[in-house]
Amino acid sequence: MSPMLEVKDLRGGYGLVKVLHGLDFHVNESEVVVILGANGAGKTTTLRAISGMIQTTGSVKLAGEEINSAKPADIVRKGVAHVPQGRGTFPELSVEDNLTVGAYARKDNEVQADMDKWYEIYPVLFERRTQTAGSLSGGEQQMLAVARALMSRPELVLLDEPSLGLAPLIVEDLFERFAEINKKSGTTLLVVEQNAQLALGIADRAYVLEAGTIAIEGDAADLIDDDTIRKVYLGI
Amino acid sequence: MQLFVQRLFDALANGSTYALVAVALVLIFKATTLVNFAQGELAMLGAFVTLVLAYEQGIPMWLAVFLAMIILGVFAAGVERVLIRPFDPADHLPLVIITLGLFLGINAMAGIVWRFDPRSFPELFPSGNAFTWGSASLRWYTVFTVLTVLVTIGLLQLLLNKTKIGLAFRAVSSNLESSELVGIRVGPTLQFGWALAAAVGTLGAAVYVADPFRQLEPSIMLRVLIFAVSAAALGGLDSLWGALAGGIAIGAIQSLVVPYVPFIPNELGLAAAVVVLMLVLLVRPAGLFGTPAVSRV
Ligand SMILES: Nc1ncnc2c1ncn2[C@@H]1O[C@H](COP(=O)(O)OP(=O)(O)OP(=O)(O)O)[C@@H](O)[C@H]1O
Ligand SMILES: [Mg+2]
Repeated sequence: MSPMLEVKDLRGGYGLVKVLHGLDFHVNESEVVVILGANGAGKTTTLRAISGMIQTTGSVKLAGEEINSAKPADIVRKGVAHVPQGRGTFPELSVEDNLTVGAYARKDNEVQADMDKWYEIYPVLFERRTQTAGSLSGGEQQMLAVARALMSRPELVLLDEPSLGLAPLIVEDLFERFAEINKKSGTTLLVVEQNAQLALGIADRAYVLEAGTIAIEGDAADLIDDDTIRKVYLGI
Repeated sequence: MQLFVQRLFDALANGSTYALVAVALVLIFKATTLVNFAQGELAMLGAFVTLVLAYEQGIPMWLAVFLAMIILGVFAAGVERVLIRPFDPADHLPLVIITLGLFLGINAMAGIVWRFDPRSFPELFPSGNAFTWGSASLRWYTVFTVLTVLVTIGLLQLLLNKTKIGLAFRAVSSNLESSELVGIRVGPTLQFGWALAAAVGTLGAAVYVADPFRQLEPSIMLRVLIFAVSAAALGGLDSLWGALAGGIAIGAIQSLVVPYVPFIPNELGLAAAVVVLMLVLLVRPAGLFGTPAVSRV
């Protein structure tokens, strides 16, 4: 069976600035895979390439189907959700509208039921459902961003530094939620993180990205134990 | 006193038509943070199309206006597709130049096709007065113009807040990248905004020249555009009701402040409106009803 996501020789960047120099990696179905790397290594660029936000060469296959030349709107409809770095909520829209628009690509009639489910998981979103997303705290916005992404009922979720700027307790809660989403519904997660320890804690496998290429790959458990890797790449 | 009341009524009539064009500007601004300088000329084109439909095809006046709104909507959708979409939406300068080019192009084209001499435009509303008080009279034209604005803004609010395309439009206005990431097709959504704006602008121009005191000519919307831009900016550029408030305020400055402040000559009414606008923006950069550019990270 082909993996959920298979990336081969991915190259590209922003105009003349080349950021990715031939990436190869894959994510199996129902796996949690984390991509670690220093600032500017190209983590965000990699996720943007997968969801079709930038032009790249190479191959990106989703469950065996080539999607590298597809448009973002079509990639969403194939089951990929993307929580961008910095949350990517709609600040002028109400919390409720943010969730509704998250289900924009869906055609079934269970949107309301899903929304109620998220309100149950995050009661604070229910309390603030008429408030604009821009008025939420950072932690609440991240909850909203995650809920919004999952409103599309994705098979693969791309999470770009979800821990950024959040208090340790909130981050822990968030990662527990990711693990739970993965276990309960088998949703595949590809997480980009600086917080290596926490991310490796919920991941099956990990890649370390260095200046646009994969420098190291392995099982999360092995990486967390490897002393050189801990010192050089993860700083823990 | 009666003169004052009369001027108040004038302010209402002028202000409402400015508001209609301002609403069209706001629709495009909301989606693209771009002021479409060609909005007035698109509206003027719509008024000419109305005239052609009504006089040459013999179509009833209101139906002609409605058809012209649709025709201009389709035309603006084409303009968006061909002239706007190929450019990077984040880079404003080329887009501003394109809207200025459109402005000149449409104006020249209208001049070639319809000549520059004024033509009378059929009335859209009953003539006569709804109410008279001494020398002050409230014309039916004013009453219906105000009603037209209120109904238009009300319908637009429903469209934006209660429909799926409205949600997409608001999402694109709020966050372009995330809109793509939830599966919204941004291009067609913006195109819809252009079409909607052109239709509303057409209505605005038709109502403006339907005043029996006015005639239609290719440069009719020049002044209106300046007032409408001021009205939109005063209202906050991204608020529909703000556009209405801004329109009425600009109308009031024009017909109340200018006649009562002796050192402003009548010819400077236009400039006075812009000066007031600048003063307001100094104190409130986001306009009276605009969303202040505050974002938390
Ligand atoms: N829009 C852009 N235009 C030009 N260069 C860009 C753009 N976005 C990112 N870059 C460059 O691409 C490189 C990789 O950026 P990227 O955002 O992918 O890094 P990252 O690994 O996500 O870093 P961080 O941990 O800081 O988020 C950087 O050198 C950056 O300067
Ligand atoms: Mg990044």
